[in-house]
Amino acid sequence: MKSSALSPCQILHLQQPQEANMKTSLRYIYTIAKRELGVYFTSPLAYVFIVIFLLLCSFFTFFVSGFFERGDASLNRSFFDWHPWFYLFLVPAAGMRLWAEERRTGTIELLLTLPITPWQAIVGKFAASWIFLGVALLLTFPIWITVNYLGNPDNGVILCGYIGSWLMAGAYLGISSVASALTRSQVVSFIISVVICLFLLLCGFPPVINMLERIAVSDTWRWIVELIASFSIITHFDGFGRGVIDLRDLLYFISVIVFGLYTTGVVIRAYRAG
Amino acid sequence: MNSKGFAPMIKVENLTKDFGPKRAVDNVCFTVERGEVLGFLGPNGAGKSTTMRMITGFIPPTAGRVTIGGYNVAEQPIKAKQLLGYLPENAPSYHDMTVYGFLNFIAEIRGYAGEAKKKAVNRVVELCFLESVLHQSIDTLSKGFKHRTCLAQAILHDPPVLVLDEPTDGLDPNQKHEVRTLIREMGRNKAIIFSTHILEEVDAACTRAIIIDRGKIVANGTPDQLRKLSKYAGAVTVRLRDVPRATALARLEQIQFASHTSVLEEKEGTITLQIFPKSGGADDQLLKAISEAVHGWQIELLKVEEGRLDEVFRSITMPDTAPAATSRS
Repeated sequence: MKSSALSPCQILHLQQPQEANMKTSLRYIYTIAKRELGVYFTSPLAYVFIVIFLLLCSFFTFFVSGFFERGDASLNRSFFDWHPWFYLFLVPAAGMRLWAEERRTGTIELLLTLPITPWQAIVGKFAASWIFLGVALLLTFPIWITVNYLGNPDNGVILCGYIGSWLMAGAYLGISSVASALTRSQVVSFIISVVICLFLLLCGFPPVINMLERIAVSDTWRWIVELIASFSIITHFDGFGRGVIDLRDLLYFISVIVFGLYTTGVVIRAYRAG
Repeated sequence: MNSKGFAPMIKVENLTKDFGPKRAVDNVCFTVERGEVLGFLGPNGAGKSTTMRMITGFIPPTAGRVTIGGYNVAEQPIKAKQLLGYLPENAPSYHDMTVYGFLNFIAEIRGYAGEAKKKAVNRVVELCFLESVLHQSIDTLSKGFKHRTCLAQAILHDPPVLVLDEPTDGLDPNQKHEVRTLIREMGRNKAIIFSTHILEEVDAACTRAIIIDRGKIVANGTPDQLRKLSKYAGAVTVRLRDVPRATALARLEQIQFASHTSVLEEKEGTITLQIFPKSGGADDQLLKAISEAVHGWQIELLKVEEGRLDEVFRSITMPDTAPAATSRS
């Protein structure tokens, strides 16, 4: 193409400076996330979800765990210990529509022919759901107020627990995102993510670990038990509940999220290729 | 690069797509210039939508490439997509949003903000007659409105290239007319591809048409050129009263410009005949010779056939059944 014969489109879209790319990326992600969040809060799903989550949290904290009888001014055992189990069902429910709905209604074709990259859409959608889960988590603040009213808990430990809980929700959500991209049915997506999450949960669940240890008595097999346990959400979440932010735990949750988003991208690319 | 010094807005080169062992699109090549409206015709499953999805970058081609305004869709997808408006098949949109919310979302993604965003949204709301439903949730809308909402998102940024997959599907006749008029008007300064299986639309809106069958382009030309492919093109139909069949045939078959004459219909004392020219096109000489030949007879009808697109379409896309389709003549 000669410089004298610029096509009109080339005149319209002059070269953008390179440093603007990061900013544009973030703007796209923000726009996608804003739309997704809007959808959460205009549909009854969000309110049903939040109400169920709060009811579960209160019921298990105050009645099942016997919060008042414990005489322990902390939220570790009574509150945060339940989160891996609540999230097992609630996060796949929140994440199941992310891509399955786009595939079912055909809007994925619309979304991916807009001038954005697929990963901007993937991150935007993930961010919206994660923020939504964060909002649900923050709405448990009356429990925090209660424990502060009744005693003098270490609020640093509680904050740490909240951070860990949110990160764990993100890890579950990363898995739900993959499951959602795999199918056009939300139900199938929900079941797939519950099964995968259940596996990640059980491989660190004490009864399962004990059973594995009974099988692998000899020292040569111990490392396998440890390897399996190291994949577990529970063992990595445990530290946060005790107020310890271990780099390895942090890295674990972040890598599950990154892996989830990357795999979502791969699945969507495979879907488009047919 | 053409004589105007511009690269074609849409350039499709050797585009091929395999789904497993099935070849959906086979070595398709064409270009669309600014100011052209290209009608994309073909039976269901011919590969129209697959081709359009590759042009818009939604699915990657197995082989070949697509260039939009000079940008390769596979290598510079963002640049190419910025120049592109796309109405996917079945006009999907986010049903849980309002029309206004949806168009605002598209405008933001397209890089509009503030006053410019308001202006862009208002423009398409007016163009697509969406004022009355602007604040309704999309899932409460009728099919026509849903369709126009999706069309509105495609033209929101006034793109130089438009790809419309069955833009009039599911609309009532008035809406179809409006959409065709809109396409024709926009076609003056855009490059537009639209797919359809309604042949009258080709006449109503296209400057050029491509017929695709089993993944291959089988015809490419202006609607008039395509019509000329019909063996009816240029044929003359006459209906005579009170003329015996043998007499009529004898006299008409002597015309030197005609290849043959066939009887279409005989009833209630009339006979309808069709005279085919020797070499395509409505020949003035043929018409003159016929009018001389039928002189003195009572003529009820005399007309030159333009050729019918539907017949061309059938004979091209269903070659096996073509003789059956013409046997009635």
